[in-house]
Amino acid sequence: MSGHSTYQPQSAFMKWMERRLPIAGLVYSSFIVYPVPRNLNYWWTFGGILAFMLGVQIITGIVLAMHYTPHVDFAFNSVEQIMRDVNYGWLLRYIHANGASMFFLAAYIHMFRGMYYGSYKEPREVLWILGVIILLLMIMTGFMGYVLPWGQMSFWAATVITNLFSAIPLVGESIVTWLWGGFAVGNPTLNRFYSLHYLLPFVIAGVVVLHIWALHMVGQNNPDGIEPKTEKDTVAFTPYATIKDGFFMVVFCVLFAWFVFYIPNFMGHPDNYIPANPAVTPTHIVPEWYYLPFYAILRAIPNKLFGVIALGASILVLAFLPWLDTSKVRSAKYRPLYRQFFWIFVVVCIGLGWLGSKPPEGAYVLLARLFTVYYFAYFLIILPVLGLVEKTKPLPSSISESVLPSKSGAKA
Amino acid sequence: MAIARTVLVLAASLALAAPALAQEHEHDTPSPPTNRWSFAGPFGKFDRGQLQRGLKVYREVCQVCHGLKLVAFRTLADPGGPGFSTAQAAAIAAEYQVPGEPDDQGEIKPRPAGPADSFPTPFPNDNAARARYNAVPPDLSVIAKARGFERGFPLWVWDMVIQYQEQGPDYLTALMQGYQDTPPAGVTLPPGNFYNKYYPGHGIAMPPPLTDKRVDYTDGAPMTVEQYAKDISAFLMWTAEPHLEARKRIGFQVFIFLIVLAGLLYFTKKKVWREVEAH
Repeated sequence: MSGHSTYQPQSAFMKWMERRLPIAGLVYSSFIVYPVPRNLNYWWTFGGILAFMLGVQIITGIVLAMHYTPHVDFAFNSVEQIMRDVNYGWLLRYIHANGASMFFLAAYIHMFRGMYYGSYKEPREVLWILGVIILLLMIMTGFMGYVLPWGQMSFWAATVITNLFSAIPLVGESIVTWLWGGFAVGNPTLNRFYSLHYLLPFVIAGVVVLHIWALHMVGQNNPDGIEPKTEKDTVAFTPYATIKDGFFMVVFCVLFAWFVFYIPNFMGHPDNYIPANPAVTPTHIVPEWYYLPFYAILRAIPNKLFGVIALGASILVLAFLPWLDTSKVRSAKYRPLYRQFFWIFVVVCIGLGWLGSKPPEGAYVLLARLFTVYYFAYFLIILPVLGLVEKTKPLPSSISESVLPSKSGAKA
Repeated sequence: MAIARTVLVLAASLALAAPALAQEHEHDTPSPPTNRWSFAGPFGKFDRGQLQRGLKVYREVCQVCHGLKLVAFRTLADPGGPGFSTAQAAAIAAEYQVPGEPDDQGEIKPRPAGPADSFPTPFPNDNAARARYNAVPPDLSVIAKARGFERGFPLWVWDMVIQYQEQGPDYLTALMQGYQDTPPAGVTLPPGNFYNKYYPGHGIAMPPPLTDKRVDYTDGAPMTVEQYAKDISAFLMWTAEPHLEARKRIGFQVFIFLIVLAGLLYFTKKKVWREVEAH
């Protein structure tokens, strides 16, 4: 799909440059003439939004790092210093903290879109797996970032999550000590989390480059899930996709700004404004909202080791999705049964998120177990079987046929 | 959609039943009543008089036990704060003693605080506080953001829309007024604790701090526990979020910009795509 560059340098300098480093040609072929399916809907704008959010997080993060002190005695106060005395420090910090939430929100929408339209299917398996790797890196980065302000939730989240590794038989305890750099969560832990929190976003950026590279190899999927056949099925990236992505990015920023400027602490927990105190355990230790579904899965399993395995498996299973879904038809638009199971899956994920915020007792545990069973059954039973038994609707013969009004006037 | 509908109805009914089944574990702590704060909402601003009264309550009541170690005296004169002049802020600072720099003999003697200093903490360390009060009175600098209460579904969703961010001050206001001389029948408190209906667990080590007429107001505001409670809560919201006014003001400007830009981009997008969508 990426094809050869049709870039024709005009100036003498660009001609000189193009023969040495064809970067202008690369940009031209990737972001100007790159053909995108003409039927993409607004759910396809979240890829661009995610790239933007990564940039926002890296830029605000670098400036915050100039003022932050990674030490158990000073971390909390240095964050407050940023909030009070650094010029627009409150803005930088609120953008960064809420930006994490927005980043995950966009990532989850992006993933659900991929699942609904079967974007992970042949030939886009590697593209999808790179996305799962990015999610995994995001989860690690977000977790370590949450620890940095060194409030009560920071400290206790670090304690709970690192302790999960103690479930590993034989070497678990040693691994936890190694992770902590001591015999409890302390200054060495905070320092290494800070170091890794600064490193991982650049690793994410690297994998994003691979993700985009893979995307440009195979081309974008689209709501009909059929490959473009003729030039009539595609439009040029610029101006068509650029303007559409740009418009929706700004709409997304309106939501982002609503949180940053008006309800900046809505996503946070009040306990994180209490300095970390190893002697006092908060009544409820809850992770950030974007980890709640995974947290619910962890707690749904009564055995700690198997809980941790389920937690890991709930993310790992995504990597196998391209082979677990046996259907040849990509888009849920033409898969009436799949569509229903998909929406149940969405509800189950949101339900798991809600349960993750509830204390693990009584009916909540029962519900969490039911939902966990559905979560795994969706991937391991429903998708493989559905592809074999489902009677799919006929696919349109081309993308342009599906979007253009037919001669009879009826819209497909 | 038959399967989906059945499963969704089933899930929804389970979800609604779950809290009822888990009810026995919920606290019997009532939700604090919500107040009308001048600083709430998209155009919220602090009431200067209220912040000045709140500071007075802090200085005459709270500061005996509670510090404000993150709040520098100079910020009392910052825009969006209590509205003191630089000279007034310096004069308030000068009423406090802080440890000075080591002199030629290496002795550290107290000196009057300056605008760059923060409100001193009343105790040299936690153990000193514990020895005296059997508890450590928390620093109040960010207390208005460090306290809150569960709003529960569906209120919390609505809170996103109405921008309800005042759980902290609402809780503090309620806490100041939530003391009861005699605990309800069947409730036993740890020795030295007081019954407060809004405090989680109800046994609070802090004695009722406010009584009517305890702090003299000169601006005609009522000298009642209720008014004191509101004023101190508003003041503590300012200490926790000193740039709240700038945040909301800039936020509105950002919104105007984003919405205009989104509009322009939308119509540009429509124009660009028109020719493609036709054929």
